Amino acid sequence: MSASGSNPQPPRSDADRVVPTSLDALIERDNAQGLIAPDSDCVVSSRVRLARNLIGYPFVHRATPDQLNDLVHRVQSARMSGPFQAGVRWVNVQATAAIDRLLLFERNLISRPFVESPHPRCVAISSDETTSVMVNEEDHLRLQMLAPGLQLQPLASRMFALDASLERSLEFSFHPRFGYLTACPTNVGTGIRVSAMLHLPALIMLDEIDRMKRAAKDMHLAVRGFHGEGTEAIGDFFQVSNQTTLGRSEIDLVEEFTLSIVPQFVAYERTARQTLVERDPASLDDRVFRALGILRSCRLLALEESLKFLSRIRLGVALGRVSDVTLAQVDRLLVEVQPAHLARSMGHELNTAQDEELAKDASPHTGKNRDDRAARATMVRASLNA
Amino acid sequence: MQRECDCCPEIAVVHETLVRDGVKSEVHLCVAHAQERGYILPSSEGPTLIVSKLLEQTKPVAVRAARACPVCAMTMAAIRAAGLAGCPQCYSFFEGDLGLIIERAQGGATVHVGRHPEHAGELVDRAAMRNKLAKELREAVSREEYERAARLRDALLQLGVPVDKNEVDIAFKIGSQGDEKDGAPS
Repeated sequence: MSASGSNPQPPRSDADRVVPTSLDALIERDNAQGLIAPDSDCVVSSRVRLARNLIGYPFVHRATPDQLNDLVHRVQSARMSGPFQAGVRWVNVQATAAIDRLLLFERNLISRPFVESPHPRCVAISSDETTSVMVNEEDHLRLQMLAPGLQLQPLASRMFALDASLERSLEFSFHPRFGYLTACPTNVGTGIRVSAMLHLPALIMLDEIDRMKRAAKDMHLAVRGFHGEGTEAIGDFFQVSNQTTLGRSEIDLVEEFTLSIVPQFVAYERTARQTLVERDPASLDDRVFRALGILRSCRLLALEESLKFLSRIRLGVALGRVSDVTLAQVDRLLVEVQPAHLARSMGHELNTAQDEELAKDASPHTGKNRDDRAARATMVRASLNA
Repeated sequence: MQRECDCCPEIAVVHETLVRDGVKSEVHLCVAHAQERGYILPSSEGPTLIVSKLLEQTKPVAVRAARACPVCAMTMAAIRAAGLAGCPQCYSFFEGDLGLIIERAQGGATVHVGRHPEHAGELVDRAAMRNKLAKELREAVSREEYERAARLRDALLQLGVPVDKNEVDIAFKIGSQGDEKDGAPS
């Protein structure tokens, strides 16, 4: 069941109609042969992001509202290829209700700062909801593509095509020495951020996660939480991304991530999983099936708790110990248990003041004001008992 | 005479006297704070004076205030405070200062490699870039910043333009003293 499901809410305004409805492209379904997305036992999703700025304007934090509106219009009139050819939805984020901004964030289509930014801003979302272009985030443009599993190389080629198509209508600022110029001096060069969302429950259970983090640090990688920058790792999910953007080509970086970096972490996690299976299978099964039992029977379910148990179930599914739940089902629930998705799927009347509070909440995982634990339990039970 | 570090009570091992536009200032730092600010300390013990990056804090305020980006009016101090440049032109105007910040953040990388917009084809003036990097290389050598000099040498060679013999000699001298990287001019 997706957020919109069979019971979409009547839109309150034009802005409402542009809110995403489908998770299908983000979470590839299992088929009879098994998993489709590569390495999805350990890699939930891949993401490629490019930062671009236009010549002739100050960076966003120094621009006037007129200049920012002008930027929005210029990007909106540019021709965008690739995933946007099949259709593009422009969301005027400034005019969008807090709950819907949060929904876009929970789906990783916009960043946390973009939810609450004071600037005039827009986001273009491809009809399959895998690609977004944020206008007036920290940089004039932030292009972003997502895919399930480890699929950085296909994502990168699609991203370069999109970048090239935009470049035909927009003049990006570029410096012969520093490359693509960005508001933050640490992003110059390629302006690329490549990341993989890893699911590492076995490394946590075996107390190996600090070693993994140290290894990542030694490789000049950033390790972040469920929603990227500024968020905590919850439910054993870690986002690993590059920090170096200068002096290495995009292709080199993507290749290193695909052929070396991510496979190393995946191999490490798989070894840990094997150790768990061999050392004490009863204890492993107990953790997995206890989690499944709780989620199938609970009546009140907090967000953090749901992520913790979904993580254990995901481990059980990936190891073939749970056969009546699929990875796609778990990955879908990981999104749908979040506050804005939950509120929308339950068709709650939205209280604007509460929603604003929710959107302001620094941690998306507390969701104090709208965390409907009973509704979450009902939704999760319905999915896992189906 | 033993002096305390400017930042903590530890004994300073790096002592630097800077003269900028006729204004003299001194920097004294302990090992930890010297490393934190990017001074390259020798591995052997004993204090050695290494003239390093001219830290923004040590520059006279009046001089900094006078230098603002002609397009967006951001000063280097404002860029440091915000952690953000004001406009694309800031990168040309403050190339030296921002170059050092970027180098530190990017693990020593000095020059972009990778995609570039079509319109930038003419912008990539390799000769001009080479001159700029060669100048920085000479400065780095004179300040005994060997690691940085080796990186600049690599960047110069990476540009694929013939490097003048004296500079290559310097580069190889650095190569044998500093890191072990080999690099023959192509």
